[in-house]
Amino acid sequence: MDRHTLSVLVENKPGVLTRIAGMFARRNYNIHSLAVGPTDDARVSRLTLVVGAEAVQLEQIVKQLNKLVHVLKIVELEADESVVREMQLVKVAAEGAHRSQIIELADVFRAKIVDVDHDSITIEAAGDPSKLEAMVNLLEPYGIREMVRSGTIALARGSKSITDGSKVRMQRVV
Amino acid sequence: MSGDNHAGAAELVTGAQAVIKSLEALGVEVVFGYPGGAIMPAYDPLIDADLQHVLVRHEQGAVHMAEGYAHATGRVGVCIVTSGPAATNLVTGLADAHMDSIPVLAITGQVARSAIGSDAFQEADVTGITMPITKHNELVQSPERIAGAIKEAYHVAQSGRPGPVLVDIPKDVLNATFAWAWPERVDLPGYRPTVRGHGKMIREALQLIAASERPVIYAGGGLVRAGAGEELFAFATRLGLPVVTTLMARGIFPDTHELAVGMPGMHGHYSGVIALQEADLLVTLGARFDDRVTGDLDSFAPHAKVVHVDVDPAEIGKNRAVDVPIVGDVKVVLGQLLKVLDDKDDTAFAPAIDAWREHVRDLKRDHPLRVDQPDTGVLKPQTAIRAVYETWGDEAVYVAGVGQHQMWSAQVIPYTRGRQWINSGGLGTMGFAVPAAIGAKVGVGRDTPVVAIDGDGCFQMTFQELATAVQHDIPVIFCVVNNGYLGMVRQWQHLFYDDRLSQVALPQDCPDLMKIADAYGIPGFRVMTVDELDTTLAKAREITDQPVLVEFRVDPDEMVFPMVPGGASNDDIIESADEWRARLARAGR
Ligand SMILES: Cc1ncc(C[n+]2csc(CCOP(=O)(O)OP(=O)(O)O)c2C)c(N)n1
Repeated sequence: MDRHTLSVLVENKPGVLTRIAGMFARRNYNIHSLAVGPTDDARVSRLTLVVGAEAVQLEQIVKQLNKLVHVLKIVELEADESVVREMQLVKVAAEGAHRSQIIELADVFRAKIVDVDHDSITIEAAGDPSKLEAMVNLLEPYGIREMVRSGTIALARGSKSITDGSKVRMQRVV
Repeated sequence: MSGDNHAGAAELVTGAQAVIKSLEALGVEVVFGYPGGAIMPAYDPLIDADLQHVLVRHEQGAVHMAEGYAHATGRVGVCIVTSGPAATNLVTGLADAHMDSIPVLAITGQVARSAIGSDAFQEADVTGITMPITKHNELVQSPERIAGAIKEAYHVAQSGRPGPVLVDIPKDVLNATFAWAWPERVDLPGYRPTVRGHGKMIREALQLIAASERPVIYAGGGLVRAGAGEELFAFATRLGLPVVTTLMARGIFPDTHELAVGMPGMHGHYSGVIALQEADLLVTLGARFDDRVTGDLDSFAPHAKVVHVDVDPAEIGKNRAVDVPIVGDVKVVLGQLLKVLDDKDDTAFAPAIDAWREHVRDLKRDHPLRVDQPDTGVLKPQTAIRAVYETWGDEAVYVAGVGQHQMWSAQVIPYTRGRQWINSGGLGTMGFAVPAAIGAKVGVGRDTPVVAIDGDGCFQMTFQELATAVQHDIPVIFCVVNNGYLGMVRQWQHLFYDDRLSQVALPQDCPDLMKIADAYGIPGFRVMTVDELDTTLAKAREITDQPVLVEFRVDPDEMVFPMVPGGASNDDIIESADEWRARLARAGR
C-alpha cells in the first residue's frame, strides 16, 4: 500500500479530531501518522495525515473526510513537491568514549544536543522521515534508552498556499 | 414573535424556551418524544408551544416515528428525549435513518456541563456514541448556541444527502437565562453540498445513452428523497428507457407503466434482476450499488457502462467503477438532462432500442412472480398482502417491517408514486413498521390511509406504540402477517442449513393478537383462511376513525422467491421453490 500525505484544514471545534479518527476506524482505513496544530487563523486547525491506501481507497478517504461537516479543505501533498518534516527526541546511552562519537553523529545530521547526563545524551532532530530513520539506525549500537517522534507535518513547495483560490475562507453559506 | 430578531431590548428566555422557539421558527409541526430528568426543562414551555407533541412508549418509537414522518412527507422528522438510557434508545433509529438517508433531528438532554465526564446519573457520551451513525451531531456548550445548533442541524439533516442530526443539550444550558436571538444564516463553511451537475458530464451521459443498445435506469431511494418522481417519469418516457426501482425506490416510477421492469436485488423480480445483468448501460440515479442489489459485485451487470448521479460524491466509484460521474441533486440533474432534451428535438438522444424494450417486456411476461395459492383454504402470505392492497388501494401508504413480509410487500403491491412505500432498507430494522407507520400517518393526515404490514416477530418488538396511536388518535391500519416464525431466518435455515431450525419458532397464538387489540381498545380482526379474506377485510375497511389490527394466519412454509443467495451472482437467481428443489436434486442432495 502506498503512503499518501493529506493536509486537512478543519474548523477548530470540539471533537473534530475524534470525528476524523472515528471515521478512519469505522471504515477500516489505515492512519500511519497524524499531526494537528493551529494555523494563522484561530478558527482553523491543520491536520497532516499520512495514510496507507491504494488509489481507489485514497479517493474514498478524501471523499469521506470531505463529508465531515467541520472539514474545510483537503489536499494531497506529493512527496517530491513538498517539504515533509518530523521531529524526534532520542535519549542515547553515552558513556566514556562514545560521548564524542555520538555528538559528532548528531552534528552530521544537524541535530541538537538538548540534554546531557553523566551516562546519556538526548538529541533533538528534525527533518525528513528517512533522515531521522538513518540517524536512529546509526545511534542504535550505542543503546537507545527511549525515543519519541512526532507525526509528519508538510507544506507544498513554492509560493502556493492550501487556501489559494479555495472556499476555505470562513464565510457564510446560506 | 418567534423568528423575529429586531433591535431593541432583546427578549430574555431560558435555554429550554430557546429550544421550543427554535423548533417553532423552523416551522416544525410535530415532535415525537418522551420526557425525563435532563430534558424536563424543555417539557415545560412545550405546554404553551405551537407544536404538537406525540408521547411515545419507548424512545425507539420516537425516532422511528420521526423517520416515518420524514419518509412520508419529505420534511425533517423531529424527536426529543432525555439523557442516558433515553438517548441510547435512539441509537437503532438513528443508524436506520443514516443508512436510508432520512432527515431526522434528534434533540437529547444531557447532564449539566459541570457534571459531564463524572459518570453522573443518566450520563452517556451521546455525541460520541452517535458520531458514526449520524450525519452530524453537536454537544451544545452554551445557551447562546442553542438556536444556531438547532438551525444548523435542521439544515444539515435535510440538505445534500439527507440524514439524522443530533443536538445534545446539557440541563444547565436549558435552565440558563439569556437574550434570545434567532440566527439569520447558517454558518457552516465546511458544508456545501453540490446541487447542480457538471454540464459536460450531462452531455456525456446523454451521449452514452444515445449510443447504448441495452440501457436501464437503475432508480434508487435518492430519487424519493429528492422528490424527483416527475422528472424521472419525463426522462424515462421521453427516451424510452426501461426502469428498475430498488427496494428503497419502489413507486418512484409507476409499476403499472410498460417501461417498469420491477425490483432488482436479492428478492427482486426476475425481470429487474436480469435486465441489469444484461444491460450495456446503467443510468444510476440516487442508488448506491448496495450488496443486496449487486449480489457478487464482480459479476454484477458485467457488460454495462455506468452513469452515476448522486448528491453524495463518496457514493460515486465506491463499489462500482463509473464512466460518467455526476455529483448533484438528482432532481436538479434530471432537470438539466431534460433541459438538454428540450433544446433538441425529441429523438436526438433517444437510443434505437425497440428490440431491447421488447426483450425486457418478454422477461416480465415470461417470468412473473409465482404464488401458488391452493384451494385448500390455507392462506398464502402473498395472497393476504395482495388482498390488503386491494382493500386499501393505490391511495394508501404501505409501511413494512423487516423479513419475508417486507419482501412480499415490495414484490406484490404495484406502487405508483414515491413515498407510497416505506421500509427499512439499509439497516433492516425489525420493529420499524409500527412506529414508522404512526409517524407517517401523522405526516400524511386523515385522508390518506396508512397501512403497516408487519411480521409477527417484528410486531412484538415495538407494538407497545399501539397505545401511542390510540392516545393521540392516529388511525393506522396494523396488519400482522403471522406465520409463527422468524420467517426470513427460518427460510435461510431451511435453504442453507439443511432445514435445521434453530430458535426461529414463535408460538402463533402467543400473544393472542386479538386480545392485544382488545387490551388497547381497538378493533381486531383475524383471518384464518382464504375464504374469510375478503369479508373480513371489508369490515376492517369500514373503520377509519381509529387504529385497527388485522392478523393473518398464513402458511408458515411459504418462502420468498425469486432469490439470489447471499454472495452469489445475480445470474444464479432462483425463481421458485420448485427450481430450488430441482437444483438440489441435480446436485444429488
Ligand atoms: C432488530 C433485528 N434483529 C434481528 C434481525 C434479523 N432478522 C431479519 S428478518 C428476521 C425475522 C423476522 O420475522 P417476522 O417479523 O416474523 O417476519 P417474517 O420474516 O416471518 O415475515 C430476523 C430475526 C433484524 N433484521 N433486525
